[in-house]
Amino acid sequence: MPHSNHWIVPSLNLLASILLLISFAMLSRRRTQRLITLYAWQGLVLFASTFLVAYSSGQKELYYSAALTLLLKVIVLPWVLYRLIRNLGAQWDNEPLVNIPTTMLVGLGLVIFAFGLAQPISMMANTITRNTLGIALAVILLSFLMMITRRKAVTQVIGFLAMENGLFFAATSATNGMPMAIELGIALDLLVAVFILGIFFFQIREQFDSLDLHHLESLKED
Amino acid sequence: MEIILVLSIPLIGALLLAIFGARRFVAQLNICVSLATLAAATLLAIRVARHGPFLAGHEQFFVDSFNVFLVALTAFVGFTTAIFSQSYMRVEQLHGRVGPRRMRLYHSMYQMFMASMLLALLTNNMGLLWVAMEAATLSTVLLVSLYRTRASLEAAWKYFILCGVGIAQALFGTILLYFAAERTLGHEGMSALLWTHLNAVKSQLEPRVMGLAFVFFLVGYGTKAGLAPLHNWLPDAHGESPAPVSAVLSGLLLNVGLYAVIRCKVLVVGSIGPALPSHMLMGFGLFSVLLGAFFLWRQRDIKRLFAYSSIEHMGLIAFAFGIGGPIANFAAMLHMVVHSLTKSSIFFSAGHASQTAGTQQIEDIRGLADTSPAIGWALMLGSLAILGMPPFGVFTSEFLMLTTAMREHPWTAPLLLVALGVAFAAIFSRVQSMVFGESRAPVFGKDGAPRLPHSPAMVPAFVHLAMVLALGLYIPPVLAEWFRAAARLIG
Repeated sequence: MPHSNHWIVPSLNLLASILLLISFAMLSRRRTQRLITLYAWQGLVLFASTFLVAYSSGQKELYYSAALTLLLKVIVLPWVLYRLIRNLGAQWDNEPLVNIPTTMLVGLGLVIFAFGLAQPISMMANTITRNTLGIALAVILLSFLMMITRRKAVTQVIGFLAMENGLFFAATSATNGMPMAIELGIALDLLVAVFILGIFFFQIREQFDSLDLHHLESLKED
Repeated sequence: MEIILVLSIPLIGALLLAIFGARRFVAQLNICVSLATLAAATLLAIRVARHGPFLAGHEQFFVDSFNVFLVALTAFVGFTTAIFSQSYMRVEQLHGRVGPRRMRLYHSMYQMFMASMLLALLTNNMGLLWVAMEAATLSTVLLVSLYRTRASLEAAWKYFILCGVGIAQALFGTILLYFAAERTLGHEGMSALLWTHLNAVKSQLEPRVMGLAFVFFLVGYGTKAGLAPLHNWLPDAHGESPAPVSAVLSGLLLNVGLYAVIRCKVLVVGSIGPALPSHMLMGFGLFSVLLGAFFLWRQRDIKRLFAYSSIEHMGLIAFAFGIGGPIANFAAMLHMVVHSLTKSSIFFSAGHASQTAGTQQIEDIRGLADTSPAIGWALMLGSLAILGMPPFGVFTSEFLMLTTAMREHPWTAPLLLVALGVAFAAIFSRVQSMVFGESRAPVFGKDGAPRLPHSPAMVPAFVHLAMVLALGLYIPPVLAEWFRAAARLIG
């Protein structure tokens, strides 16, 4: 039975804004450890918002999915990534390709674009969380921007995972969550992806003695 | 029942191969598993041919005329590639490029890849389709980097990141689709993402949401299908991976990517009308055809050359689906089949050719017709087939596409003809010199041993070419009936 507590919608909006803020913070950070911490915070916010949506819509499945988020995105993945960068000694990112103030400005533009795109759809949503679809899209685009402007393999992966966070947020906010089986499948894919990336990092470092991706630019059309 | 067999055999095979990966009979086991999958797929095809489309497993799986031939094709090419892979990988092991431990990974991941592609084809659930597509990427990433060279690591990284980002767009599309479905079908959990349910109510789905969803679907699954400008991963991944992997990537995975796009297109057309999806498919398709054809001129690596040819052909298929209508759709599906057979055959011969020459550089591969006639002729005939020479099947499908294009959108016909001409000149001149050119490089390695210690497995390559030839002369009525029914479905 759906609850109609008046405090839920504002707090969801608050969580959505925090999510967006964290995405911007990620764009401005250069230390890899700090990025991982921010990623874990993002996971925590996602957990809270999923839990709230579960409570307000009264769907049992969403509680599981919130628990899964807490386990995977707040504990397991950050821990794995943290271990990885310590073993690989990849604590610092290089100078990003574009300087940080410019990146921020581009990011602002992306947020406006995302809101414009999501506006007509948000109007139709009958879920309580409809204003948040634009924020979800903005988080996706900002993570994408982070992947483009960074050079280190680890940073690109964190961008990739943050993008998945945005997608997950879109799923909960626009649709009250995808069917459970699908979410499990997505989570499994994510876990396998990180596992493969771990193997990959070691292979890259073995070959290049560094995780800097500018080594990976020899395959070009000439 | 057949569906369970088709999906579980490769999965069990992957497990067995992971356990027994280091044994001597492992390549034979891989062939047996692929043969069993092919048998199950044949049973499935026979059932569909006799009794028509059906749903199974609480409606989670379904087979209709659009996916049945792709399932059969996937299982068949998977089987022939396994045969080719046995002798190809044995040579690679003798050359010291891979050790037994990586062969375990290779075989196991090969079967995982097959299982995930078959799941993507057979599932009725758009969410599961996404999961299976992502699984197909993940299972091939480590295959692309199998040799652990710098170039192969770079290719695999690019493949992983670009396809990962692409597929993330498709997930957003899926979320939007679910959002639209929920409004029409209500919150039914799993069934709101079932393609058959959505297809029944597609005219009621919210047009604005579906339009946006299609853009994300096309960009997402289009990345997997190698449509330009999202194709950057494709030449690298094809060039650096072992030849059997290039063969299945080009012959099968690209098809599955397009299949996913077209499934989405059917739903979207029902909601917003044909204009936007058709124009987008035609635009991406035409751009891929042109880009693929012109980039062919700059290629010096034999596998990259044919990778660009794949981009060109995927563009042609997308373009034909974009035109739509019974003839263009028929041609597009026929082209999916003949391209897959021809291109995998070419990668078989290109793989053995670069093993004999000891390099993938086109200018160092010379005189194959003298040194190893079977490889040389397979490469030559395969290239002629892919270039659309009659009487091969590619000619039939390209002819149908061109005539439809001339009738429906006359301005595109000259562009297509120019692209096909450019591609012809680029590929033919290179293949001609590789096959008939003056032989310079010795066929013996530094230590005096022949580079190809075993006789090459050219039977699969010739079987594929014979089938393409047969399809050019005569399309079996069952297949034609499936194509026609699917063309009606796609609209």
